[in-house]
Amino acid sequence: MSETVYGPVTDWATDFDHASPAYAADMHKIWDDLKNSGCPIAHTDRYGGTWLPLTHELVHEIAYDTAHFSSQGPVVGQLKPSELEDSVPAPIGGAPPISSDPPVHAEARRLLLPAFSPKVIDPWREEVIMICNQLIDDMGDADHIDAALQYSQHIPVMVIARMLGLPVEDGDKFRGWVNLVLSGVGEERTEARMQQFMEFNEYLEFHVNDHVENPRDDLISFLLNAEIFGEKLSIRHVAGSVILLLIAGIDTTWSGIGSSLWHLATNSVDRRRLVENPDMIPAAVEEFLRAYAPVTMARLVKEDMEFHGVQMKKEDWVLLPFPAANRDDKQFANAHEVVIDREENRHAAFGLGIHRCLGSNLARLEMNVAVEVFLQRFPDFSVDANEMVTWSTGQVRGPRTLPFVVNARA
Amino acid sequence: MRVHVDPSKCQGHNRCYALAPELFDVDDYGNAFELNDGVVPAGLEDKARLALANCPEFAISIEE
Ligand code: HEM
Ligand code: SF4
Repeated sequence: MSETVYGPVTDWATDFDHASPAYAADMHKIWDDLKNSGCPIAHTDRYGGTWLPLTHELVHEIAYDTAHFSSQGPVVGQLKPSELEDSVPAPIGGAPPISSDPPVHAEARRLLLPAFSPKVIDPWREEVIMICNQLIDDMGDADHIDAALQYSQHIPVMVIARMLGLPVEDGDKFRGWVNLVLSGVGEERTEARMQQFMEFNEYLEFHVNDHVENPRDDLISFLLNAEIFGEKLSIRHVAGSVILLLIAGIDTTWSGIGSSLWHLATNSVDRRRLVENPDMIPAAVEEFLRAYAPVTMARLVKEDMEFHGVQMKKEDWVLLPFPAANRDDKQFANAHEVVIDREENRHAAFGLGIHRCLGSNLARLEMNVAVEVFLQRFPDFSVDANEMVTWSTGQVRGPRTLPFVVNARA
Repeated sequence: MRVHVDPSKCQGHNRCYALAPELFDVDDYGNAFELNDGVVPAGLEDKARLALANCPEFAISIEE
């Protein structure tokens, strides 16, 4: 993990960097220290000016306040959307609905909602079970495995590729592109990076066009048939939606599965409870989503404004750290404790308000099945003390390597 | 006891339907509504409370 182009952080209240390795390593302490020092909204000049609200109340308020905060820039970058040559202005943005504001947002979202409703997603359960078992079969009888590289990272890719109708064997390619968009925020905008973005676009256009010529029963064909404001979607809109589903669904779910397995590898009491009582897994997964929420989103300030005593400027970034909201002790009892049978759990891992994660039913299904199958096949496992667990930096947080020792298999 | 989902607050997190399918259902867009005019059959009161305690949007209310 390398420093961002801005270098090491000097002061978390006035110069924070959410994409720095130091933030990834120590975020819980950083949030608490800031809140305890009377700073519920931190600021940095990095990325052209960025704010970090830390309480559940503030995150909730900003997520609901679409009049002052735009979704046009959901991922913080070195350039503001207005500085990018190919940017699509609000209220549509480059990747509807995640980049859209009212009134366009509702329509762009409505289009996709039926494809991700619980009753459409639940029937995928058997397929996900099969994928998870296959990945474990592929590990053979090795005692040392990597649960991120050999398991969690593949599950969302294989599922979404099947749903969209893209070649499943292109998984490595998608992951490379997702990484390019999400992890590269603090890196330099090199020719090579631009080249990769072009390849991503060309790849998608090819497959979308192929679906135009050969319609099938999958999500890309569903999108090609869908209408918005009475008109069919353009190829560009369909390709944009596919990019969104890949970006929004892969790293996030990979992170959610990985964090859950990491918790179980490092907490043998919880692991044993779930092995003995698999019916506790759904509640445990909710608690893993709360405690290790993978996703921080961002908004752009629409006009200069005062917000709870700070002066925000037009086009400042505002991070929405759902992970910090989920660790707020005003909202959750023993917020820093992982309680796998927590009864009251209004966590915000999938966001709050109109942008609620469209894929949340699919993500929950994948996380539940992934944990269930892993525990069935490996009732006892632990972190390999000779290897390093590594975590991602940036707005999606989760383990990128999970070296485990398998102590028992079933 | 009666439960009610406020459709203007519900964002389709689907927690209620997952935790208490006897009391809630979801439409094609994933938004929830209460079954049976919200009347909670005897014995399911705890499930109603559990759903309320897990709705991230505070969209569920209970009349005791
Ligand atoms: C554990 C896994 C996941 C987490 C934690 C997660 C988290 C989130 C969050 C926090 C948002 C809110 C964005 C905002 O407020 O700006 C969001 C939106 C979204 N997510 Fe997810 N997500 C996950 C998996 C998925 C999957 C599997 C898909 C689809 C295949 C998906 C598709 C989307 C889409 C399309 C949106 C935009 C919705 C809108 O703007 O109306 N996500 N996600
Ligand atoms: S849990 Fe709340 S937001 Fe989610 S579907 Fe039920 S009522 Fe709606």
